[in-house]
Amino acid sequence: MHIMEGYLPVTHAVAWTAVSAPIVAWGGLRLVRTVRAHPETKMLLAASGAFCFVLSALKIPSVTGSCSHPTGTGLGAVLFGPAVMTVLGTLVLLFQALLLAHGGLTTLGANVFSMAIAGPFVAWGVFRLSRAIGASAAVAVFLAAALANLVTYLVTSAQLAAAFPDPASGFAGSFVKFATVFALTQVPLAIIEGLVTVVVFTMLTSYSRAELRQLPHLAGEAR
Amino acid sequence: MARRNTVLLLIAIALAVVPLFMGFQGEEVFGGADGAAQALITEIQPAYEPWAGPIWEPPSGEIASLLFTLQAALGAGFLGYYLGLRRGQVRVRGNGDDGSR
Repeated sequence: MHIMEGYLPVTHAVAWTAVSAPIVAWGGLRLVRTVRAHPETKMLLAASGAFCFVLSALKIPSVTGSCSHPTGTGLGAVLFGPAVMTVLGTLVLLFQALLLAHGGLTTLGANVFSMAIAGPFVAWGVFRLSRAIGASAAVAVFLAAALANLVTYLVTSAQLAAAFPDPASGFAGSFVKFATVFALTQVPLAIIEGLVTVVVFTMLTSYSRAELRQLPHLAGEAR
Repeated sequence: MARRNTVLLLIAIALAVVPLFMGFQGEEVFGGADGAAQALITEIQPAYEPWAGPIWEPPSGEIASLLFTLQAALGAGFLGYYLGLRRGQVRVRGNGDDGSR
């Protein structure tokens, strides 16, 4: 779930937008370069965006008695790197803010930072690290997608806690409260997202080898 | 591959279904986590007034679910098309390899 329209004080909204905008612009440049250098990966790129589109539309019940949705950013981040995924994630957030009144334009910067920047970077880092220490591709993808999902909501909790510190217990107290709402709800959803991402990644490694070979850091996965 | 994927998807479905039978009750049950966060903001800072509202809001829950369904359907449609296309190409070229070398 994203921070709703108008629910961040003006200074916070502006600050998060200022942080996110240049990162997404850099992501856009990387995306254009990737597509130019490897035009045959265009369909795979669109499929990663489509995956993000599907997962972020699914509101799933959780053990806290409320619903939330996965982010779907892990797959694209593992395949194309976090920079490219910042753009796809931003497009999904924009769609939901404009057509679904889910999230918002004033909170877009903050939501982009949590879902389209923090999530993909964690996914990428976790995937590379897991592979480096010898985890199988499936395990690495699972951890990458699940942790990207969780981190997205931990960042959202921190953003809200910074904007609304508890009068008594301050930022920390407020963070615990928001994280209980968001992150706890997200735990089973993160596992679901990890599992589904592994399923799609496994299919890609057998059906899309030609494209995976084009992605320099993934050449090893497509043998 | 097919067997492992089936098992993984069954676990994913189970994780989504189990909460429905955990005995949650009340009117707000299985509402959105963002609604819960909104309530928490009001609790922490009762004086806070959102200074902007959505430019456009789906006029009813039905329309909202239509748009969410459309979002999922478009994504799943393309993903299915892509995976089917590639699988077909791999099959035609034989031996599970796509012959691109």
